[in-house]
Amino acid sequence: MSAMVQRLRVSVFASPTMSVVNLAGMLLVAIAIVEAMQKVYQGGATYFFQTLGFGLAQGAIFALVALGYTMVYGIIELINFAHGDVFTLGAFFSLALMPAFGLVEGKSSGLGMIISLIALFLVTMLFCALVNIAIERVAYRPLRHAPRLAPLITAIGMSSLLEGIMFIWRGPFNLHYPDFLPNAQIPIGGDVTIAAKAVFVIVVAIILMVALTAFINGSTLGKAMRATAQDRDAAQLMGIDINRTIAATFFIGAALAGAGGIIYGLYYNSVTAFDGFEYGLYAFTAAVFGGIGNIPGAAIGGFAIGIIAAISDGYFQVSWTRVMIFGILIFVLVFRPTGLLGMRVPEK
Amino acid sequence: MALLALSYPAIVQFITGGNGDYLVGLAADGGIYMLMTIGLNVVVGFAGLLDLGYAAFFAIGSYTYAIVASNHMGVTPIGHSFHIPFWIALFIGMFVAAAAGAMLGAPTLRLRGDYLAIVTLGFGEIVPLVFQNAGIWTGGVPGISALDVPTLPGWFQGPWVGQDLAWVPDFRFTSANLTAYYVLMVILIAGVVFLVHNLYNSRLGRAWMAVREDETAAAASGVNTISVKLLAFSIGAATSGFAGAFYGAKLSYVSSDNFGFIVSVTVLSMVVLGGMGNIPGAMIGAAVLYFVLFWLLPNAPQQVSSLASSLGLNFLNASNPNGWPGIAEEVSRSKYVIFGAILVGIMLLRPQGLLPSQIRKQELKHTADLVPAAK
Repeated sequence: MSAMVQRLRVSVFASPTMSVVNLAGMLLVAIAIVEAMQKVYQGGATYFFQTLGFGLAQGAIFALVALGYTMVYGIIELINFAHGDVFTLGAFFSLALMPAFGLVEGKSSGLGMIISLIALFLVTMLFCALVNIAIERVAYRPLRHAPRLAPLITAIGMSSLLEGIMFIWRGPFNLHYPDFLPNAQIPIGGDVTIAAKAVFVIVVAIILMVALTAFINGSTLGKAMRATAQDRDAAQLMGIDINRTIAATFFIGAALAGAGGIIYGLYYNSVTAFDGFEYGLYAFTAAVFGGIGNIPGAAIGGFAIGIIAAISDGYFQVSWTRVMIFGILIFVLVFRPTGLLGMRVPEK
Repeated sequence: MALLALSYPAIVQFITGGNGDYLVGLAADGGIYMLMTIGLNVVVGFAGLLDLGYAAFFAIGSYTYAIVASNHMGVTPIGHSFHIPFWIALFIGMFVAAAAGAMLGAPTLRLRGDYLAIVTLGFGEIVPLVFQNAGIWTGGVPGISALDVPTLPGWFQGPWVGQDLAWVPDFRFTSANLTAYYVLMVILIAGVVFLVHNLYNSRLGRAWMAVREDETAAAASGVNTISVKLLAFSIGAATSGFAGAFYGAKLSYVSSDNFGFIVSVTVLSMVVLGGMGNIPGAMIGAAVLYFVLFWLLPNAPQQVSSLASSLGLNFLNASNPNGWPGIAEEVSRSKYVIFGAILVGIMLLRPQGLLPSQIRKQELKHTADLVPAAK
């Protein structure tokens, strides 16, 4: 704790001009927090916990998408704009597959439905992962030694391409995504309840995140990923297959995004071809917020952004939520480019 | 080149037998994109900064023009409407956009290159939303209408608009006189090209190139990288604001819907397609892509569906309940795929663009040669 305070002190008071700017920034944040707390206090506990449940569920989805952004950025320093669209692709693909898995809204229930859903999750995750590997192979790998702008531009192009394919496929409509989850409210003391759907979303997301952490920390491939992220050339000299490691990163990131896509569909019951771009930007904000390249940071950032968005929706005006989130993005990048938990990434 | 451009309305009118107003008007609108492309080329092509929120400055220019040159301020709490003359208002729009660019750039240009892309992207999302949410001040969702149209102290009226050659004092541009718009657009573009070209060949232009190639080396050689980058960013923003103000005046209407991310991506695609860092390249990229997106694609669905019926494939035109909306609709939906394919294809196959800058071409080629491609 004292080390953290020390670090904060060093970063805030690094230079006289910076300390003024940082103090101004902290003052703004403090005003915003006080304002929000006042509104929350006036709103009452029931409403607050409803908002919180919504925010946590939304944040869990942000976190799943943010993990892919942060992993890819950590390993090849590329903002993979197509990642948000891989997420939507997960929702679209699973929607198309549902009849094949015997999942029909209002008819499926019980154990059979759960098993079908798990199978659907696995197939969709695999599909998204393969799509993302193909994207990496086609659009990013040939440009790995090109000027920095080149892969960023292909990433935007890939994002537009994926959106376009989904747009041609299903058109500009709001697609209805079947509702399989119970609509019950789980009481957690007094008249405070939390939606069962939100619990489902949070639990699935946490299971996936724990699995990811175990994989990154425990497996050989995970170790190779960490090594490659730290120093690609040195990792290569140690006999790590860089291309395979990078492909694996894209694979895992997209699998999480694909799962996020299904969860998104199940939670909101509606999806359009362009949802992913904006969701991707929110998730990217979350990754930046937590410190880009930092895996626990992305998870925490996701939940934080989800809660902030829910509070903004619930207590302030919905139309200002996006302004707020992108404002946070700019704010974090200006005042604390390394994010909340960020490590300082040297400019390569 | 300018002469060739000026003869375009005459050629079009000749070919179409006097019905070319639509095409001339289209080209005049395309000029607005061309202006933006030239401006973004300064930011992305010359200085190597990726700006993904370029439409934000376009929006700022438009809204500034709308505020200072319409009746709108009369209905706001200010209660007094401004009608600043067109040419002054145009430059107010430009300076406000440049100031916004400097304000955004000053704290963020010290960030790493791709962080800047994200900051500008966020800014590009925020600005139209703020205009949309600002209620009475910016007209909210419907926007502001009935803006003052461009004026000139005098203009030639001639056979090209079906009248006798005459000097018209206090000329007001209207939608009935698209040729005048077009000519004005060509003159404005020529002016901007002249300025940007001179900047590129100046000390500042060389500094931009140095920063783009290697920022550390440039700083070590005495280039003040922050101010050089800030200048590129603000000049780009100014051009966009200028184009935005003109756009508002021409349309006589602004609404936050017209400034989304898609505009920024379109302009970026034009720069990339034409060849980053090259002014003629950027202009050609703008012309080609504008033609594809705003003439070819909107007309394509109709063409394709009449082609399908003439080939006896009428079933393609009918929509069916399995999700096939008819071939015309399918074609009109393909815009995003085309964008994406252009961006990816150009970067992979011809990263230097259609008409590359010689220096940039060598840079792109040599980096590929020097470092052996990953197996």
